[in-house]
Amino acid sequence: MTKEKYLQDIAEIKNIMNRSTRFISLSGLSGILAGFYAIIGGIIGFFILQRAQINGYTDSFDRMISTPFNQNTSVQIILVAIVVLVLAVITAFFLTKAKAKKYNQKIWTKQSIRLVLNFLAPLSIGGLFTLIMLYYGFIGLVAPCMLIFYGLACMNASHFTLGTVKYLGLTCAILGLLNLVFIGYGLYFWVAGFGICHILYGSIMYIKYDKQ
Amino acid sequence: MSIIDKLNKAFDHRIRLGIMSILIVNDAADFKQLKEELGVTDGNLASHTKALEKEKYIRVEKSFIGRKPNTKYIITQHGKEAFTSHINALEKLIKNG
Repeated sequence: MTKEKYLQDIAEIKNIMNRSTRFISLSGLSGILAGFYAIIGGIIGFFILQRAQINGYTDSFDRMISTPFNQNTSVQIILVAIVVLVLAVITAFFLTKAKAKKYNQKIWTKQSIRLVLNFLAPLSIGGLFTLIMLYYGFIGLVAPCMLIFYGLACMNASHFTLGTVKYLGLTCAILGLLNLVFIGYGLYFWVAGFGICHILYGSIMYIKYDKQ
Repeated sequence: MSIIDKLNKAFDHRIRLGIMSILIVNDAADFKQLKEELGVTDGNLASHTKALEKEKYIRVEKSFIGRKPNTKYIITQHGKEAFTSHINALEKLIKNG
């Protein structure tokens, strides 16, 4: 009975507690890539808006459903956002699957399902809320709402995965709140939250957990 | 009473420590899950869960999922307290040692 044995016991307890409640195979690299997609999406969005301004297109929900696509700024931006989201989710899935394989873990476990559910519940409520905002024509509220609800979803899901996700969520939510104060700069906050923050926290996760 | 005496004999084994660690942070765990997390054989796990059950640190719920029997393990209040004080004693030993 030595001190090392007790230390080992404590380390083992901590390890088992984490492994049995948290899904630790989440890939940091996928966060970095998601950030890059978001920045590219943001740049495309910027050009769409700029072109719309030059051509004098304005927006309302009625116009959104009746305007042809090439003049329809909202639909173009929504399309870019959806492409960014789909790319990010696909990347995250495959990189996480690869990481799980490396650690000899399954990807669909009780822990990962709980993680996904706890992430999707606030996110889908927030998503619907944002769509309703869009329906009422509060276009300036769309970016902050997305950031706030995404941040809350991350914070909610962070209990079931790597702790870094909590700080990503907190930062996104704060950026969303700031964006609410500075309405009209949605695109910049969007790029900061979904782009730069993901690259930043993805890198932290990559250095802290992936590289081992 | 020295600190060493406060260490619980029932937890003085890797697998029992593992079982308690899983059950204290999860509402419940079934036999298969415990087996996979701890990487032990059926017989080995069964003897250790039985020992913990005898001490009333965990309780067992047997049910059927479809036609398959399912054994679920849940930590008792008594078990929670015993495990927490065991960990506290471990920590104290490390600090003073």
